[in-house]
Amino acid sequence: MHTPARLLVGRAGAAYRTETQLQLREDHAKARDAVRAELDLKTAFNAEFIETWKLFEVSTRASTKLEYLARPVLGREFSDESRAEILRRCLPDRNIQVVIGDGLSVLAIQTQVPQLLPLLLKGVKTSGWSIGPIFVVRHCRVGILNEIGDLLKPQIAILLIGERPGLASAESMSAYMAYQPCRSHSDANRNLISNIHDHGLSARSAAARILNLCAHMMRLGISGSTLKEPQAMLPNDIDG
Amino acid sequence: MPEQFFFSDLRELFAKANEEKSGDRLAGIAAGSERERIAAKRKLADLSLDEIVRQPLIDPDNDDVSELILKSFDRESFMPIKSTTVGEFRELLLDDATGEAELKKIQRAIIPEIAAAVTKIMSNKDLVLAAARIRNVTRCRNTMGERGVLGIRIQPNHPTDDIAGILLSGFEGLLYGCGDAVIGVNPASDSVESTGAILHALNRLVTTYKIPTQTCCLAHISTQLAALSHGAPIDLLFQSVAGTEATNQSFGITLEMLSEGRERIIEHHRQRQDVSWKGENVMYFETGQGSALSADAHRGVDQVTLEARAYGVARAFDPFLVNSVVGFIGPEYLFDERQIIRAGLEDHFMGKLLGLPMGCDVCYTNHAEADQNSVDNLLLLLGAAGCNYFMGVPCGDDVMLNYQSTSYHDAIGVRRLFNLRPAPEFLMWLEEAGIYRDSEPAKLDEPVRRQLLKGLEWSLEGTH
Repeated sequence: MHTPARLLVGRAGAAYRTETQLQLREDHAKARDAVRAELDLKTAFNAEFIETWKLFEVSTRASTKLEYLARPVLGREFSDESRAEILRRCLPDRNIQVVIGDGLSVLAIQTQVPQLLPLLLKGVKTSGWSIGPIFVVRHCRVGILNEIGDLLKPQIAILLIGERPGLASAESMSAYMAYQPCRSHSDANRNLISNIHDHGLSARSAAARILNLCAHMMRLGISGSTLKEPQAMLPNDIDG
Repeated sequence: MPEQFFFSDLRELFAKANEEKSGDRLAGIAAGSERERIAAKRKLADLSLDEIVRQPLIDPDNDDVSELILKSFDRESFMPIKSTTVGEFRELLLDDATGEAELKKIQRAIIPEIAAAVTKIMSNKDLVLAAARIRNVTRCRNTMGERGVLGIRIQPNHPTDDIAGILLSGFEGLLYGCGDAVIGVNPASDSVESTGAILHALNRLVTTYKIPTQTCCLAHISTQLAALSHGAPIDLLFQSVAGTEATNQSFGITLEMLSEGRERIIEHHRQRQDVSWKGENVMYFETGQGSALSADAHRGVDQVTLEARAYGVARAFDPFLVNSVVGFIGPEYLFDERQIIRAGLEDHFMGKLLGLPMGCDVCYTNHAEADQNSVDNLLLLLGAAGCNYFMGVPCGDDVMLNYQSTSYHDAIGVRRLFNLRPAPEFLMWLEEAGIYRDSEPAKLDEPVRRQLLKGLEWSLEGTH
């Protein structure tokens, strides 16, 4: 089949056959549950993974998922306690700061981060870049990158965040990247690698492209729409 | 003493008179209470139409949309309704004695802000009743919009623009009687190459089967025109448009670009003499409440009024198709089913009143408080309102844009319920091809099926 579109399903008069109808509802149910799911670090990742990477959890000013959906601005700023905790636990002026955000799908980061993060950090180590402690942000929007810039002044911030689920998959994650993020940044100052999931961009390819972009950003001292992503290295290059 | 509310200008009054929308709240311009909302509606109902024309919500000196609206305003036909209040205008639109001819006569005297104002004091059923009176007919390779006709856009999107995948989805849509409005693909990549490849492939499909319909690749206007320069055939030139100059700028367009693009396509159609053109409506526009706020270019004006102004832009270019993509923008602007339904009815009514061939992409994203039942509801309401066309997406699941819309199945359902037919030229083709019999989908017998599949094979062969 040349397309994932739902073709050749037949019909019951002017309506779907029962199996089609129920399948559509089932897929929507998965997408809805993924959107509504609240992030909890301890259930999202296993204890060994959390311990290995010393992950900790913080939150934006949005206190519920509902508030997060209705008021985007709250998801772009840390709560006061979270800000204090980040300043207490993190080191400023690192080359790389990786942040994990729930976005619109906890399931996406739950599925993709354990595959991607080790590859990413291995590459960072190989390149000799310094990296700050990694934390997970509840009710997170992409704009949080700006405050991360203000608080920690990393050279490059990488946000791994759950994408809005489609009907076919709720497991897709994006990586947003910004060079010296700050208050005035908008999407035009960021680079995006999207569609990271098992049937899209593999964790290996995604890690390769992210690392490649990092090096490119450091070379040119910019990020965003004026920075064109260089040809990605073969995924093997980072596994070697 | 009754409670007093103070509205400092028309912008504030217009915003506070709106039905509740999360986008107006996000912009910080919504009514603070239900009492304030109704106070604004009452005050708005007492304004004369002339007062609205005389006080532009956005200064025409620094917004070319305002300038365009005033330039194309028909002052002569405005004279008889000049001192009519918004409240009286609502009754005029609904009156037993008002027919389509009366409404058509004042169509160009109604500026978008007037359409928006009256919308704010109409109920959902009012919006359906008034819209159902108006048919705006357009012509390109067929005729859309006549009374009794419901068109469907086949939207055969593919996550990687795979041509065979696109053609397979499109072919199945034809078997459901869809595709008379347009066979239109949103490309995954906005490159000139893939836009050209899609346009050539769709044209091959339409030529092979001799289908009297239009094709379109919904890339950025400059990408489509570049593909045209490289020899791609274009039936309809697509662009998203909005109600302020700054929002259009954020889309990377100007009014001049739309005007020049349209002229190039009209010329291109004249050169394609193998096609029997029915008319010179060559543009396809999409819009949606909230787009200006999302681009941070709303200038303190509410999303209903800005949507009406987008229609003011559209009607200056005599489009073949216009539709709002009503649930696509997300819950920050239209929170739930109730707000999506309201916006869909508002958009359709305002567009029809302003003279546009309004269709609607009845849809939702998975983070909105809506589901397929919400789509069913709005689909039926707009069917009753006489909407020109809907989308046809395989099972309503767009596998490229990751949202849910209406389906090929829905097309059969709405046409059956409201006794509507495909566009006349297209219906004739469906019956000749054996896909339809007596204005209804026919059971395909083996020779017909074989014949149809042969055509698909021919269309696919061109892709290698």
